[in-house]
Amino acid sequence: MATFEYAPAPESRSVVDIRPSYGLFIDGAFTESQGGSAFKSVNPATEEVLAEVTAASEADVDRAVAAARRAYQGVWGRMSGTDRGKYLFRIARLLQERSREFAVLESIDNGKPIKESRDVDVPLAAAHFFYHAGWADKLEYAGLGTDPRPLGVVGQVIPWNFPLLMLAWKVAPALATGNTVVIKPAETTPLSALLFAEVLQQADLPPGVVNIVTGAGATGQAIVDHPDIDKLAFTGSTGVGKMIARSIAGTRKKATLELGGKAANIVFDDAPLDQAVEGIVNGIFFNQGHVCCAGSRLLVQESIAEEVERRLKRRLGTLRVGDPLDKNTDVGAINSQAQLQRITELTAAGEAEGAERWDNGCELPAKGFWFRPTVFTGVSQTHRIAQEEIFGPVLSVLTFRTPHEAVAKANNTPYGLSAGIWTEKGSRILWMADQLRAGVVWANTFNKFDPTSPFGGYKESGYGREGGRHGLYAYVATGDAK
Amino acid sequence: MDATARARDLLGVTRLSDSALTSWLHSLPGVDQVGCEARAASLGTRSIKTTSKAWAIDLAISMIDLTTLEGADTPGKVRGLCAKALTPDPTDPATPRPAAVCVYGDLAAVAKKALGSSGVNVAAVATAFPSGRALMPVKLADTEDAVQAGADEIDMVIDRGAFLSGDYLTVFREIAQVAQACVRPEGSRARLKVIMETGELVTYDNVRRASWLSMLAGADFIKTSTGKVSPAATLPVTLVMLEAVRDWRDATGEMVGVKPAGGIRTSKDAVKFLVAVSEVAGDDWLDPYWFRFGASSLLNDLLLQRQKLATGAYSGADYVTDDSPSLY
Repeated sequence: MATFEYAPAPESRSVVDIRPSYGLFIDGAFTESQGGSAFKSVNPATEEVLAEVTAASEADVDRAVAAARRAYQGVWGRMSGTDRGKYLFRIARLLQERSREFAVLESIDNGKPIKESRDVDVPLAAAHFFYHAGWADKLEYAGLGTDPRPLGVVGQVIPWNFPLLMLAWKVAPALATGNTVVIKPAETTPLSALLFAEVLQQADLPPGVVNIVTGAGATGQAIVDHPDIDKLAFTGSTGVGKMIARSIAGTRKKATLELGGKAANIVFDDAPLDQAVEGIVNGIFFNQGHVCCAGSRLLVQESIAEEVERRLKRRLGTLRVGDPLDKNTDVGAINSQAQLQRITELTAAGEAEGAERWDNGCELPAKGFWFRPTVFTGVSQTHRIAQEEIFGPVLSVLTFRTPHEAVAKANNTPYGLSAGIWTEKGSRILWMADQLRAGVVWANTFNKFDPTSPFGGYKESGYGREGGRHGLYAYVATGDAK
Repeated sequence: MDATARARDLLGVTRLSDSALTSWLHSLPGVDQVGCEARAASLGTRSIKTTSKAWAIDLAISMIDLTTLEGADTPGKVRGLCAKALTPDPTDPATPRPAAVCVYGDLAAVAKKALGSSGVNVAAVATAFPSGRALMPVKLADTEDAVQAGADEIDMVIDRGAFLSGDYLTVFREIAQVAQACVRPEGSRARLKVIMETGELVTYDNVRRASWLSMLAGADFIKTSTGKVSPAATLPVTLVMLEAVRDWRDATGEMVGVKPAGGIRTSKDAVKFLVAVSEVAGDDWLDPYWFRFGASSLLNDLLLQRQKLATGAYSGADYVTDDSPSLY
């Protein structure tokens, strides 16, 4: 018998020029920090140090906010929507032109497979700019209310799982509506944001409209606490989201929070099974499970549970785990040592609580942070792995008997970001979607994103929506509101 | 055990009726079109380079049913095609040979004589190919003639009209009878490929049902198309068929072959199909005995790519021999 061995097919790193060190992008230029320290960004697949990056100090954040305020008052806040749209179109086109560079850099800094950064992250980021470019001169007709106006200076803090895409989700609507931005990328994945700064320069965006300050929690806190910030947008953990909500309580600052999730992917016995298996795999192993809306709980009808588990395990045997730059890699590296520890700890708890652990047994590289695609069967609602967000390539399988039980179990979580339904029955899809307390409900698919579609959570998954017409609300004041 | 008895056994019924077949076929899981096509597209993004490309090209060559099925076919053209099959690339004797030469039944004897005991099989289309619109005695005679003329493999067509009108029993019986007609007097038998003409079945649900029905009735191979209807062999259709043979083996322990035919012209396409075979059905199917390409111009593209890998440079169409230039 022959076996089809795929020879290594690595994407070339040479398209990317990583500088040894980076300053902060404030007022249209890279500047030295005032009193900040330096930290290193590493490639999680090799533990190689990629660059030295600045942890912005409070003084740096203050400079960035001041630059954003000047740009808001002097240029951007009074610019016509048509002209703002031109800049956004330009940024979108530049992202497309430099897409290979962004894809490779994102994979190096984040650990995600190149086929994902190439086919999902970067094209979607460009699509968000294109989409919002179109809105810039049509806000009055978006049905947001009378006289939609920008809020002012927006502080944005984004996570490490989709560094460039989350930046696009935040920056594009803010700019389209006439706000200026101070944004902080995550400390483990700052490089694509710093490359994006070059795109802003290429696009001739007026200085100060977008300011990029790198750093960790303290820098983020400085943005949140800065008195001249009008609005905050955050994507990240529910824990940090709550801290932000507490910090801004009693202030005039508005906020949108996109937080954690523990989504149920619900498979009925009349589901298109082969596609459901693909959807389960895509739901939890896409981006190493580092997805807030990941389908981390598989709820499968008891009558087909064994069949689905068997098919799922067979499918996981063909997942290719390894070098993120190899074009055939399906699952890349875990983003950081800290995240790997969290995944390891939670999976140990799953075993200790009595769930049955299985992984695909694939070989893992010797260096870097890796975790095998793992499935827990026999999981109960009370297990930690059914309740807590693991944020890794770990699936918990639970069963249900009736649609009502599926809804009850799916909703029995403090989170409510997303859910999936697999059935050939259209009426059941509509009934389920109506019952599920989740911001996004996918039917016979999972993890599909589009700039025209609003995204956001119920309950502890946050508030506010991003994308679509709904996403514009978060960045405008209307009517007599001040 | 004959096909009907085995079918009764598998279905758990005492009498094989249309309704028994209907409830069995309609209980198969549905195919979601969007998801199926997305999966096929993602398999198509695999990057097969260097050593694995060389390996895949040689495997693909060895899986070709080198085909000519034209009204204008002559003994001379068929002999030319057979010569090509025996010596695909005169500049490199290490080039593998295609699995078979596929012709109309009346030319099977010509092909058999030309190929002799080379190991390259003769496949003949039968059963009023390509439409299948003839009475059963004619279809059986067509099959018997081809087998008698030396065909090692028979490529039959199903009655798509019967299938689409829900008359599964007729389709089943025809396949089972043609399978009987493949038996030679001394007891050995020609392998039977069942062409479903997926371009006329249209939906993936139909493709899945027709696949299972064909396997139940005794197909050695399930085959997409005649090549006379568009679309012919698409990757998503082949994906559904690969899932069917995989699940059939789970259910019965038996392997059935898969043959996409028509429309696969480039090496790049062929490699995508091999990736799908490997990742969906499994590497057991990566063998000319279990997977075939029904094609003609594909061979020369594979040979061009093969030469390119060996020499590092593309030659050109005039540097690979062509024994079956199309008249059209």
